[in-house]
Amino acid sequence: MSEIIHTKLLVVGGGPGGYVAAIRAGQLGLDTVLVENDKLGGTCLIRGCIPSKAIIHVAGEFETMARAAAKPRHGISLKNAPTVDMAETVRWKEIIVGKLNSGVAVLLKRAKVRVVNGWANFTDAKTCTVTSAAGEPVTIHAEHVILANGSLPVELPLLPFGGPVISSTEALSLDQLPKRLVVVGAGYIGLELGIAFRKLGAEVTVVEALGQILPLYDAPLVEPVRKWLERHGVTLHLNAKAKELVTGKGGVSLAVETKDGQTLQFPADKILVTVGRKPNTDGWGLENMAIDMGGRFVKVDDQCRTSMKNVWAVGDLVGEPMLEHKAAKQGEMVAEIIAGEKRRFNPASIAAVCFTEPEVVSAGLLPTDAAAKAVKTITAMFPFAANGRALSMDAGDEGGFVRVLAREDDHRILGIQAVGAHVSEISAEFALALEMGALLEDVAGTIHVHPTLSEAFHEASLRALGHAIHI
Amino acid sequence: MGRYIFKLPDVGEGTAEAEIVAWHVAVGDRIEEDAQLVDVMTDKATVEMTSPVSGTIVSLHGEPGAMAPVGAPLVEFEVDGAGNSAGAKATPAAPEKSLAAPAKPLAPPRPALAPEGGEGKANTEAAKPAPAAKPAAPVARVSDAKPLASPAVRQRAHELGIKLQFVPGSGPAGRISHADLDAYVASGARGGPARSPYAQRDGVEEIKVIGLRRKIAERMQESKRHIPHFAYVEEIDMTELESLRAHLNAAKAADKPKLSLLPFLMRGLVQILPLWPQINARFDDEAGVVHRFAPVHIGIATQTVNGLIVPVVRHAEGRNIWDCAVEVARLAQLTRDGKASRDELSGSTITITSLGALGGVVTTPVINRPEVAIIGPNAIMERPVVRGGRIVVRKVMNLSSSFDHRVVDGYDAAEFIQKLKSVLEHPATLFMD
Repeated sequence: MSEIIHTKLLVVGGGPGGYVAAIRAGQLGLDTVLVENDKLGGTCLIRGCIPSKAIIHVAGEFETMARAAAKPRHGISLKNAPTVDMAETVRWKEIIVGKLNSGVAVLLKRAKVRVVNGWANFTDAKTCTVTSAAGEPVTIHAEHVILANGSLPVELPLLPFGGPVISSTEALSLDQLPKRLVVVGAGYIGLELGIAFRKLGAEVTVVEALGQILPLYDAPLVEPVRKWLERHGVTLHLNAKAKELVTGKGGVSLAVETKDGQTLQFPADKILVTVGRKPNTDGWGLENMAIDMGGRFVKVDDQCRTSMKNVWAVGDLVGEPMLEHKAAKQGEMVAEIIAGEKRRFNPASIAAVCFTEPEVVSAGLLPTDAAAKAVKTITAMFPFAANGRALSMDAGDEGGFVRVLAREDDHRILGIQAVGAHVSEISAEFALALEMGALLEDVAGTIHVHPTLSEAFHEASLRALGHAIHI
Repeated sequence: MGRYIFKLPDVGEGTAEAEIVAWHVAVGDRIEEDAQLVDVMTDKATVEMTSPVSGTIVSLHGEPGAMAPVGAPLVEFEVDGAGNSAGAKATPAAPEKSLAAPAKPLAPPRPALAPEGGEGKANTEAAKPAPAAKPAAPVARVSDAKPLASPAVRQRAHELGIKLQFVPGSGPAGRISHADLDAYVASGARGGPARSPYAQRDGVEEIKVIGLRRKIAERMQESKRHIPHFAYVEEIDMTELESLRAHLNAAKAADKPKLSLLPFLMRGLVQILPLWPQINARFDDEAGVVHRFAPVHIGIATQTVNGLIVPVVRHAEGRNIWDCAVEVARLAQLTRDGKASRDELSGSTITITSLGALGGVVTTPVINRPEVAIIGPNAIMERPVVRGGRIVVRKVMNLSSSFDHRVVDGYDAAEFIQKLKSVLEHPATLFMD
């Protein structure tokens, strides 16, 4: 006889949307069950943000040493070139993932959330059966359901995953460095990993169907990244389409149609396909739940309600941007709504970071956005080349800057972008400024610590007001 | 381009005028054919009028609350094509002046602007100097911008059910602080709970008596002004009727409605009214004529969110109690949904008004003029009653009634109520010829 669980709240998916919802629900005293088939933590923690940042960190260290070995640098020289043991790197990454993963488990336990391991399959909107290799199936009936099923890498029809064709998931667990890596798709995932592998010594070719890398951003913002690729010998093919895998004598290569109609072949040990992610809507009974879809996503309102009463959905499943911090905020909010609080999802901005070289941050509107063009605006940027801290980190010559966009009439800040080393860490100030409704005068009137990168935000705001000091 | 004048059509049989309840458009709006235009009210039915044409509103005639005679111009449109008003072109200025249409918000003041042409170059201005002209100091919130407030203020406003668009912000660029929100709540704006239950409150709200409320006020005033009411109350033992009702409700077929007291009371009236024809009547006091009715059309006073409305069960004499129950329920629903037709809201010959469900010992109902009588059952309560020298518990109801003393004498009214008491206390007689 299989077990039947009756619960107030069922959360499906142990990623940031799901586990945050479950913890918050537990804190609020709701009887909560969380179902996850894999380890807790979701894409972000297990095969996304965190593992990639670990690999990127290792790649950065390796590159610094390799440069010192090639040529003494700032007084440091190395006799021998460094080597990297990818299997060991991946093991170290797994330790970090393991720590965070068990941390989530502890937090859930402390919040009195029951975690059921297995694959949930819905038979109707409030009932699912959880099957796992380990034991008997469990049936769960819930008053409220939060769907946090996340997303999956998009596969190209002519280039299915398998063999040398890998997704970001496999790229983060390679036990050997691919000598030749072809990256299909110059979005942030492809570039972050492509750059990391380049730093580790792989020959990297990037193929992008559109005319620009990081196509979501404007050209000046991504220019320092493009320049880095150029300087470090990453071959970039824009307006080029990946066609198919060609197997020849010397191994496999990827056939690519370039913008002028030529077909080129790039020999590759691995082909990393990063052309986006899609909501995970198949294989768990969504079709039995009578829930309305909005395109390929589950349709929700500004409280993350689906069309079915008391069924909620959060995170990558409900739309762009597919970002951890959005999912977590939505999860937290839904738990509070179920507990009777009045909430809605109404952020001023959801900032995004690319951990490329250099890093890119964008919060709020870009100057190229229609909403920004609809009003009169002021744009001002401040280069890191004029920032002491950036120079002291050898990060002044890569073309980085902070840029602020504000309404001309009342000076409210509409958007803030930055590109440069370590700018991810000043993204929170950008988000805070936008959420608090800061004006240029507010940032100008805030004393920023010297010497830090954040001074560039202060100076950009001063410059927008017409009186920058250090430029 | 031509002018099209939309005149108030005849919205119901015999309607001479209608009250403008709400405009859905303003001068300058572009409106499509069949889009909502204006709500008008006749008697007790509100009619939603849609636009007969697509065009731009040039003028609106009359504010909410104003009466408009049938045939009077309501809306003037500018339409593609000829329109329907040949001469109107020459005379639009005069009526426009007197309009009280809501003015469009004025364009916000703009500070001195930086040089034009920077927009397209914004992306590449890395090496360019900042805007040359220093922009002016922050100004009050510009109208097309989203309200500016921190997440905590936004959250609190949301919890209070306050839309920040309406909250004046005192901060730079009109940013709304917690203090602004407090001030808005304290100013009596809807939403905010009082901070202390014993806080003194100030302020008087002015509410225009328009629409249904005005109609009710007029009807009540006329009834009391014209009719010398007298009230009569009798105590009725409902024990047997209540046990019959309980039995019928328990034993009824699934498709039958649940029976309240009303159908029985209606049945009782139908039974006895032929004996008192002067009570089932409408008195046209201006003409000095009483119309005595053979059919019994019973008005049922019904509370709606907007106020009291009286739908009419027509030909109650032709309905059994189940039919009566079904019809009462149907009319109540229609009336509450605002969908009752004019016919369903007029023509009653006697009215029942029951507040019994709320308790209460006695009511003195106001007659639904031009009728001459109204019956008001009160709550049924278990009371000690002396029967054959012993005290027993019976279900007792006070039945209130009011009559128009001009045409109904006290003696007749009392006899009538006594007869009603008799049939209600012996419920079998309700169903006997």
